[in-house]
Amino acid sequence: MPLATLDTAAKRGASAVQRYSLLSARAVGNIFRRPFYGAEIITQMDSIGVGSIPIVILTGFFTGGVLALQSASTLAQFGATAVTGQLVSLSMVKELGPVLTSLMVSGRNASGMASELGSMVVTEQIDAMRALGTDPLKKLVMPRLVATIVMLFFLTIISDAVGILGGAAVAVSLLGQNASQYFHSAYQTLMYADVLQGLVKPLFFGFIISTIGCYFGMNTRGGTQGVGKSTTQAVVASSVLIIATDFLISKFMIGIFGR
Amino acid sequence: MATSEVAPDVSPAKAYPDAPAIRFENVSIGFEGKPVLENISFELKRGETRILLGPAGVGKSVLLKLANGLIKPDFGRIFVFGFEVSAMRDQDLYRLRENIGTVFQEGALFDSLTVRDNVGFRLAEDHVPDDEIDSRVTEALRFVELEHTLYKFPSELSGGMRRRVAIARAVVSRPELILYDSPTGGLDPITSTTIIQLVMKQRDVSKSSSLVVTHRLQDAFMLATHHFNSKTNQMDQLPSNMADPQTSFLVLHLGKLVFDGSTHDLVHSDDPFIREYLS
Repeated sequence: MPLATLDTAAKRGASAVQRYSLLSARAVGNIFRRPFYGAEIITQMDSIGVGSIPIVILTGFFTGGVLALQSASTLAQFGATAVTGQLVSLSMVKELGPVLTSLMVSGRNASGMASELGSMVVTEQIDAMRALGTDPLKKLVMPRLVATIVMLFFLTIISDAVGILGGAAVAVSLLGQNASQYFHSAYQTLMYADVLQGLVKPLFFGFIISTIGCYFGMNTRGGTQGVGKSTTQAVVASSVLIIATDFLISKFMIGIFGR
Repeated sequence: MATSEVAPDVSPAKAYPDAPAIRFENVSIGFEGKPVLENISFELKRGETRILLGPAGVGKSVLLKLANGLIKPDFGRIFVFGFEVSAMRDQDLYRLRENIGTVFQEGALFDSLTVRDNVGFRLAEDHVPDDEIDSRVTEALRFVELEHTLYKFPSELSGGMRRRVAIARAVVSRPELILYDSPTGGLDPITSTTIIQLVMKQRDVSKSSSLVVTHRLQDAFMLATHHFNSKTNQMDQLPSNMADPQTSFLVLHLGKLVFDGSTHDLVHSDDPFIREYLS
């Protein structure tokens, strides 16, 4: 009996991976097929990107601030408070900026996509769209994919910049450090490889957020309870995948650039 | 003759003018190991209306989704206008569906779009100019007597009005085939009669083929025994013992088709299930 359960679970898992891969591949393929839903992409960019700016700014600012606060006390033991800016900028640009921004966008938008598409599935609106001759993967999934990837890239840049500013605010106003020294060390330490690493990550994370959100939404079963379940699953799955993928990308990039 | 590919320059409904609107050949489908429909075969000729009767949960909606290509059968073949929908690629199916109108059980209107955008959805997808969309949407809404709801959202409409908007959305592109999935389900008798009158009006005025799924006998027999009078804009009962010759019945029971014939044959059937169902 336990073997049969294991067998069913394995089959269900394999089928889920297959359906997710198929949805992702079709969504990417639809970018290059007509009709091109430009207006829908702009609408989604506004909803996903512009709508996420306040939470990204707040998260970035306070992350940079707390990073400066925590690191300064440790660095003071070695008389190295002058490198606070360096530590904040490297941490923000390489790791915390992309990852925290993605996690915030995932919480806000993967859940939004799953619940919106899930509600459409359980009320037969997706079937109605197909019956009206429109491919929902093209009209609903592709614009969300493109919008998330593009906007997460820019949101990460905003988060990095605001995080460094937050670190500066704490370092200067609370810890009494020199602003010029902070910004100089923050700028000088950044190299091409660091910036590249920080900007490649949001492209992958944007793909994960949108495809996972849409996958769980499009595969919703079981009425309003199912919509709630899909929403939770989308946030959990995308968050875990973002962190796991972050490790893989970091390992890969460090292997190439040596830092 | 039949194919699963749609030529880009020909309307799919006109590619095979002699082919029936729908043909099922030994179609079976099941979910999670349980058979839902078994060995279903029937035909819907062009211009005909077929009423699919059966108890709730017998697979009537599944049959409609199969006809539309929304789901694929496990066995058997399904043809719509001569195209084998059970073997078609998605992009060909989307083109074929431009000639099929579907009215879903609960209407399935897009809740974030206004009535105008819901009804004009397909036209907008085809990049029809806005002026023409407005005029055709108004015409379709006039057909269901709801032209005053143009800029309302579905949540602002009653259940019966939503169902009428769904009918307007299905007929706006003047499809050759209309699939009705329990168009009167959950409605009060007066609203149900209004909806049936619209189905009848579409049948008798536009002469389109239709497959009507219902489990309400009174709706089914009203469709079979009345015709729409376009002069009075009302439905008239046919003389006694007469039924619309273009309207016939299919009855599903336990996943099998137990009846396929005319209104007369249905009411005189000796099948114990049908006699019990009709009583």
